[in-house]
Amino acid sequence: MKILLMGNPNVGKSVVFSRLTGVHVVSSNYPGTTVGYTKGKINVGTEEADMMDVPGTYSLTPSCKAEEVARDMFFDEKPDLVVNVLDSTNLERNLFLTLQILESGIPTVIVLNMWDAAKRKGVHINLEKLTKSLGVPVIPATAVTGEGINETVSKINEVSKGMDSYKPKITSMNGDERWAFIGNILDDVQRIEHRHPTILERLEDASVHPVFGFVIAAVVLYITLEVVVGLSNMMITYIMDPFYYNYYGPFITNLISGWFPNSIVQSILVGTGYQDATSFGILTTGVYVEFAVVLPYILFFYFMLGVLEDFGYLPRLAVLIDSLMHKIGLHGYSVIPIILGFGCNFPAVMSTRILEGKREKFIAATLIAISVPCMAQTAVIIGLLGPYGLQYIAIVYGTLFLIFIFVGMLLNRLIKGESPEVFLEIPPYRIPHLNTLLKKTWFRVKAFVIEAVPFVFLGVLAINLLYIFGIMNVIIAALSPVLSNLFGLPNDAIGALVMGLLRKDLATAMLAPLNLGINQLVVASTVLAVSFPCIATLVILLKEIGIKDTLKTLALMMGMALVVGTILHLILG
Amino acid sequence: MISLTKLSVGENAVIVEIKGGLGFKKRLESLNLRKGKSLRKISSAPFHGPVVIEIGGCKIAIGQGMASKILVEVAHENTFNG
Repeated sequence: MKILLMGNPNVGKSVVFSRLTGVHVVSSNYPGTTVGYTKGKINVGTEEADMMDVPGTYSLTPSCKAEEVARDMFFDEKPDLVVNVLDSTNLERNLFLTLQILESGIPTVIVLNMWDAAKRKGVHINLEKLTKSLGVPVIPATAVTGEGINETVSKINEVSKGMDSYKPKITSMNGDERWAFIGNILDDVQRIEHRHPTILERLEDASVHPVFGFVIAAVVLYITLEVVVGLSNMMITYIMDPFYYNYYGPFITNLISGWFPNSIVQSILVGTGYQDATSFGILTTGVYVEFAVVLPYILFFYFMLGVLEDFGYLPRLAVLIDSLMHKIGLHGYSVIPIILGFGCNFPAVMSTRILEGKREKFIAATLIAISVPCMAQTAVIIGLLGPYGLQYIAIVYGTLFLIFIFVGMLLNRLIKGESPEVFLEIPPYRIPHLNTLLKKTWFRVKAFVIEAVPFVFLGVLAINLLYIFGIMNVIIAALSPVLSNLFGLPNDAIGALVMGLLRKDLATAMLAPLNLGINQLVVASTVLAVSFPCIATLVILLKEIGIKDTLKTLALMMGMALVVGTILHLILG
Repeated sequence: MISLTKLSVGENAVIVEIKGGLGFKKRLESLNLRKGKSLRKISSAPFHGPVVIEIGGCKIAIGQGMASKILVEVAHENTFNG
């Protein structure tokens, strides 16, 4: 048996899906979080049914990519049953899709999600009458708390038993007839009390105000930075560092040295010991960088991102800066992939799928790869440059920002076409649900660890092997003119650049033992950020924009790295 | 009759005409933007950015070009019914 889960964008389909199937999917308070689809299993009677979480759509006559996916799935997959999720606070618009689904004659169960929000907003819906007019079961639910989920499961069971005798009540209509029909239903079943706007609603409107909007954006940015950097540093100083230096470091060094004394294995695994930054053992420096330095930043970044997502702030930021983004060939909504990029470029490039055109997707993916440093890299840059003063960190990020603007304007000129205009629903502000938020943060952090660890091991191993077999000397000979003349860096920095192909955070950390001056550190950190995507990002670039466009992106990155590295070297001396 | 771009922020209005092709109309229609619907303009983003309106209880951002194709009649406060 096949069940499709359908509904308008941002009505909480993914939350309902997780609740019904136990499969975790990331959900957010903005339209378009689900662009591909996720599959899960659900028990119906004695049978195991396939359930698919379909991207949100307003109608079965699509007007964008995600909606096309939804329509194709509806017509091609030939579902036995549809679970249609609606936003109870917005019945009128949601029912348009519902009618189209019901017209097809496929047995349907309707979930009126956000029932709690509707109650708060003073929306009263007569469930009995609604069930009668639509001819299918209607269940009130609040998916984030789990309310109504059991009833949904039992209704799915009920409907699946009576499938053969199902007689659709709704017949085929055209657009105007549908709206008229909806109007009649609503007159009959819905009553809306008038309420004064709440503080949250006032804040909603202020967030897109031409003046207050920017004030709010600045405050949000400030708080985010304070939380991420402040709490991460506290966690490093008071938890991670003491644990590493007092317990983990000595333990692992003794253990490995005891097992493999004076061997290659020892030098690869623990290097010259845990206290020595130059050691570069996988289990000493490698583990320290990833878990003690980077992990706290990843944790707090994704927590704050989750807060902003679930609160519903990001679409408003998108509207606010839309016209500025148009100047670099993007539209406001691309701010979401870009912000994701500050966490990790990999999911950010993947999320460029929410953008409409191929042109926009290419520009956004390229800008992310070239000028958005991931949180792992940021953590190490802060650790490395921070002791010398904030201004050096500002030079690196300021340079990256200028590159962002410059490359964006350049691509906007060079590539034919125009970015589509914004046309999107902006969700109401919602107080984030703590459980959902923590779960989402946990899943993202877990994804980071799963993705990072193999590359860290591989990276340290590869660097060691390159040195052992003398290949590194060949690379150094080839690249040293560029390094020393243009960037003013010693040949040893090559190791870091090579590592940059695998992991940027570890690469930046490799600069630490080279005894570089602060200006050299600034140049090297910036060049590392710009020059080449890490391997994970490269793979996803190939997948999302194809080999031809990826090659263009790579050429642009290396070209910019040469130019920017040289200019910075000249300016800083 | 004025376009949505010309409507002042905070004012209520009723959609009287949507210019443009069938695809465009369909796209607006699926978000419940159609002739006869009441709306309120919430803001106009800076530097000719999108217009934000409230219609049927939800908020929608519409780019300037699209907004200029939506013609409305200013409504008085007491006839506004959401």
